[in-house]
Amino acid sequence: MINIITNRDLEVKSEAKGSERPDGRAYNELRPLKIEAGVLERADGSAYLEFGDNKVLAAVYGPREFHIRRFLKPNMAVLRCRYNMAPFSVEDRKRPGPDRRSLEISKLTSEALSPAVFLEKFPRSSIDVFIEVLQAEGGTRCAGITAASVALADAGIPMRDMVVACAAGKANGQIVMDLSEWEDKEGEADVPVAIMPRTGEITLLQMDGQLTKDEFEQALDLAKEGCMKISVEQKKAIKNRYGGD
Amino acid sequence: MQPIVPEITRISVTNLINKGERTDGRSLDQYREISVETGVIKKAEGSARVKIGNTQIMIGIKPQIGEPFPDTPNVGVFMTNSELVPMAAPNFEPGPPDERSVELSRVTDRGIREGKIIDLEKLAIIPGKKVWMIFIDMHILDYDGNLMDAAALGAMAALMDTKIPTATVEDDEVVIDHENMQPLPLNDKTVMTTMAKIGNELVVDPSLEEEEIMGARISIGVRSDGAICSMQKGGERPFKKEEILKAIDLAQEKTNELFKYIP
Repeated sequence: MINIITNRDLEVKSEAKGSERPDGRAYNELRPLKIEAGVLERADGSAYLEFGDNKVLAAVYGPREFHIRRFLKPNMAVLRCRYNMAPFSVEDRKRPGPDRRSLEISKLTSEALSPAVFLEKFPRSSIDVFIEVLQAEGGTRCAGITAASVALADAGIPMRDMVVACAAGKANGQIVMDLSEWEDKEGEADVPVAIMPRTGEITLLQMDGQLTKDEFEQALDLAKEGCMKISVEQKKAIKNRYGGD
Repeated sequence: MQPIVPEITRISVTNLINKGERTDGRSLDQYREISVETGVIKKAEGSARVKIGNTQIMIGIKPQIGEPFPDTPNVGVFMTNSELVPMAAPNFEPGPPDERSVELSRVTDRGIREGKIIDLEKLAIIPGKKVWMIFIDMHILDYDGNLMDAAALGAMAALMDTKIPTATVEDDEVVIDHENMQPLPLNDKTVMTTMAKIGNELVVDPSLEEEEIMGARISIGVRSDGAICSMQKGGERPFKKEEILKAIDLAQEKTNELFKYIP
């Protein structure tokens, strides 16, 4: 079993010249990223992801028998998600249990991942994705989706593609990739995006804040560029776990 | 949903234990591999990740300013909470804490409370009005048996890792200085050893397979001076007095090993 969770602070690789960003990143630079597949014993598939100061675990159970009859689909599986934050993951303790925010994120995560999964191969079953945020530093929904895709692959669930997510937005008047917690809170706009990298199709899109149409397009392109970089790391994580080039 | 254990597994595991052996090759009084890491969550004032075999728990400590309980106005407050998150096992369901989760929280809490581990008097800021409230939150990530010992060990490690801001009183107002962090005031340390009764034997640190077939279990919390500070019997079968006394001896011996992980 692999040892996860490092104490080391992941370092930003480059000090971009003239960067306006508080952590010194270039406008199109991601926070340091680490993904590890197959980190839990009991789950059918699992992944651990560190993205900047985000620490996220994802686990997958299934396809398995679906107990709740009224949600069951006779011709395909249902992909259910539960996004949950640990009480100690944020500055002020979060009360345990689901709140409106985490319910919304759970729903969106399920919808972001479903298009990539061959759900029609598993009628009457459920595929359960559990995302636990152990430490949050802005962009946890994207981190969760990215980790969940790796966990789905680790569980051996057939997929068209590995969905990957990244945010872009506007902070200090500049369109930037992968907002940090500070940029998310103080910035002008946040656009989380999930894509299927093979086709570039978008499976999650949200926006809050204010952007012009041009700025939005820039942000969307930047988020997709970020997704493509993260996608490489996702695939590396699976290769590290199962060998092969 | 309770897991179904095949009768043949029950019999073979039990027979092996009656011969003094276990399916994973351990001796009856041997723990699985243990690891404790602290300071793993920056956003928490104290944290630990503990593993016993494949069982894995993350613990975070968060302090908050709050009001004391009316019956103990001059001391601080601490609360222990656990989440058996559904990622940890196929039969863990999302939702409010079930009885297993509540038992785990309460047993861990009891060891710390009755062992007088936290110096609660030092956590009063304005007696009767404002005190520190210490939240111990345990996130069970992977369940492979013996949550009790992992929780107690991890909670203790996290408490020892905890630094709280300095709180002073100016004109009846609490002023919090995040620049000056101080270790959480502790009096002592406590850990817990759990033994399962299988066949005619007591086995230390039951694995998931052993928990599923055990008749009963006993968990004993011990302080570093050897004093027993909490106990919990679980399971449907009874214990004899001699078995309990033997369990106490075993616990006092095994907790000495556990204390080495939290020097």
